[in-house]
Amino acid sequence: MASTLVAAPERENYLNNEYGISSWLFTTDHKRIALLYLVTITFFFFIGGFFALLIRLELLTPEGDLVLADTYNKLFTMHGQVMIFFFLIPAVPAVLGNFLIPIMIGAKDLAFPRINLLSWYLLVIGGCFMTYTILSGGVDTGWTFYTPLSTHFLDTHVIAAALAIFIAGFSSILTGLNFIVTIHRMRAPGMTWSRLPLFVWANYATAIIQVLGTPVLAISLMLVALERIFHLGIFDPRLGGDPLLFQHLFWFYSHPAVYIMILPGMGVISEIVTCFSHKRIFGYQFMALALIAIAVLGFLVWAHHMFVAGISLYAAMVFSLLSYFVAVPSAIKVFNWTATMFKGSITYSTPMLYAFGFIGLFTMGGMTGLFVAALGIDVHVTDTYFVVAHFHYIMVGGMVMAYMGGLHFWWPKLSGRMYPENWGRLAALIIFIGFNLTFFPQFVLGWLGMPRRYWQYSPEFQVLNVLSTAGATILAVGYLLPMVYFLWSMRYGKPASDNPWGAAGLEWMISSPPTTFNFDQTPTVTWEAYNYDELQEAPVER
Amino acid sequence: MSAHIASKKLYITVWASLIVLTVLTAAVSYLELGPFNIVLALVIATSKMLLVALFFMGIKYISDKMTIAVIVAGLFWLFILLALSMTDYASRGWV
Amino acid sequence: MSDSTPAVVEHNPDLRHHFANMEQQTETAVMGMWVFLITEIMFFGGMFAGYVIYRHLYYSAWLEGSQRMDFWWGTINTVVLLCSSLTMALAVRATQLGHRKSTVTLLIITILFGLAFLGIKGIEYWGHIVTEHQFPGPGFRFAGPNTSQVEIFFSFYFAMTGFHALHMIIGVALVSFIAYYAWKGRYGAHYYTPVENTGLYWHFVDIVWIYLYPLFYLISHVHRK
Repeated sequence: MASTLVAAPERENYLNNEYGISSWLFTTDHKRIALLYLVTITFFFFIGGFFALLIRLELLTPEGDLVLADTYNKLFTMHGQVMIFFFLIPAVPAVLGNFLIPIMIGAKDLAFPRINLLSWYLLVIGGCFMTYTILSGGVDTGWTFYTPLSTHFLDTHVIAAALAIFIAGFSSILTGLNFIVTIHRMRAPGMTWSRLPLFVWANYATAIIQVLGTPVLAISLMLVALERIFHLGIFDPRLGGDPLLFQHLFWFYSHPAVYIMILPGMGVISEIVTCFSHKRIFGYQFMALALIAIAVLGFLVWAHHMFVAGISLYAAMVFSLLSYFVAVPSAIKVFNWTATMFKGSITYSTPMLYAFGFIGLFTMGGMTGLFVAALGIDVHVTDTYFVVAHFHYIMVGGMVMAYMGGLHFWWPKLSGRMYPENWGRLAALIIFIGFNLTFFPQFVLGWLGMPRRYWQYSPEFQVLNVLSTAGATILAVGYLLPMVYFLWSMRYGKPASDNPWGAAGLEWMISSPPTTFNFDQTPTVTWEAYNYDELQEAPVER
Repeated sequence: MSAHIASKKLYITVWASLIVLTVLTAAVSYLELGPFNIVLALVIATSKMLLVALFFMGIKYISDKMTIAVIVAGLFWLFILLALSMTDYASRGWV
Repeated sequence: MSDSTPAVVEHNPDLRHHFANMEQQTETAVMGMWVFLITEIMFFGGMFAGYVIYRHLYYSAWLEGSQRMDFWWGTINTVVLLCSSLTMALAVRATQLGHRKSTVTLLIITILFGLAFLGIKGIEYWGHIVTEHQFPGPGFRFAGPNTSQVEIFFSFYFAMTGFHALHMIIGVALVSFIAYYAWKGRYGAHYYTPVENTGLYWHFVDIVWIYLYPLFYLISHVHRK
């Protein structure tokens, strides 16, 4: 069947029903908006990646010999800002979530399609401010904008960067608002909460965080801007202002923000693991509740970023204890994914390779999170490369792998084409190797005492830094490959059937790519999620 | 939410209560009550808030539990921000 | 899989295609507005948190600062906003009943109350900034103990009432749009969600002021102005 498939005459779908730039720029179709986001965040991923490469190049040698110290400060600041606010936070929700959530719940679109388009425009406008910041000399506050450095002691483009992130944050808030209302109100008949794919639950939990947390970031940035412009004294120690107040407000958002980044990835992994084990998820209720628990508990731990900043010891103990609690639901998820695979019929397709990578690397990153949550250890490793490695294991080893896995898994649905499977597997392998070579040495470096955000370092750290940079180069190759073959596949890839993976879920019951309104008629759902025991075996692409 | 239409009389009664509470809080502020000044002021403010929220905004007539849950969650989250930050500031002086 | 258009059904011209019926559309829109208001609670909440913390740290400076507030203008402004909430609620009610002329009139009165609030705020700001030099920064003047901490008090005053005033301006603009479309006959018993949602926003901004008023104007039992 598959081998004799010739390019079928194109049926009408959301990609070809209208042409021209205004059909894209003024679209309200959630699927087209998802692709607009895909282009935007890919662009920013490469900009953030470019800064990372420069950082790693500088760190090849112990001396500061590639860039100036102030330039180095700008590089790590903007690497963080671009990657977090213009890539990681929108990535899964705004690309995959936008595309899939209405389809997964049996709806024709999100609750507020025009606000969805506005969300994208806001990200782009924020991106313009960010680009302006970069091109006009950059900002060097660190992505954390700590006061009073950012309010009183720097004359770089702090306000432009703050505005860029404020606007991007507004984009995130509106996406979260849209998802919450959509999932509550637009589910098809029979699609009860307990039949929802975990991907939907994950984006719902994420949306809660986006809506409740991001506004506090907004006010933090606004107050920094006001302090710079109007010389208010809220964070000025000379007046009795407390710089820690800024940190409390900033981290109240920025800690939950890391859950905004990881929860959608966890949702993707649940979809991939079930499909490529051809088995129901183990412990559906616990998986759904764990997502909500992470979202809620994630709001209670923020001051673990401030253990050595000057908060009271008693507050530090409270936040340390709460930080241990938040690890529990994450661990439950890892156990349940593993249990899902047990006695499953495993296929090692590219998405599944990324899922394996995620589970292993997220676990390592998560366990090192427990290390830094311990007060005594944190005093030793805070502001060293140990922390840098910890969060990159979660964000890159976890989140980016989940995103890549999701892109590959749903690529046939988005584009109607299959990507070349062997290249996909190769890229996944290169990314895994490159990632570990880049970031494992950083755990060791941090433990040995190399500080983060330093432009120079002590010569005994050089070997590990060289390994890390070598790894970064390999990682870069790994990320470039999918760019190339995804684009290739849009023209030359094998046309995809409706359900090339034999997966469960409403999105696999409609055409690849879908029509504009997704369903000819609103479906009535009578089956449970992940009903693999009822589905036929033998899909096309195994 | 959409169906219920309140009477003019109800709205005007609520408005009158709000004005009375405002006059009350302004008058009471002249008294020296120590720490209870702020307590009383916040109790009155919260009563006014509830009147506006329940009647003008119509929360009393919302049948949809999820919308109520959304509102309660928002208020609770603000409480989390205030309470947990205060664990730091309140205990800084402790040895 | 050709595009099968369902048989044409008589429906409300304001029903958007991705909704099954008007009830779903209305409830969705109202829920969306409430979720947005939650974000606003957290936005102002950050400043309220800062206020609470500094009040805990610098109570006497907070007393001093509060005594310098315009007690009478603040109280009058509170009454003005409460009246505007009444007219806004009545305007929504008039739309639900299909009374176009009352709707427009009430919305216009709401706008006028809003502008009055902003005008009074302008008078207060002029007094604080120009006459009394109480705007934080190099030009700040305060004769009395705890000058720096009082400067922080005024930082909060201007930040919080400033953001509130910004939200009032946006509110006035929104109500103006709604008033125009109401005058054009756009709303009625069959479709009044935009008016209802604008009302929710307006009442929310009023609630913020309901808290700002005692927190800034009524801290000290001494009212100098």
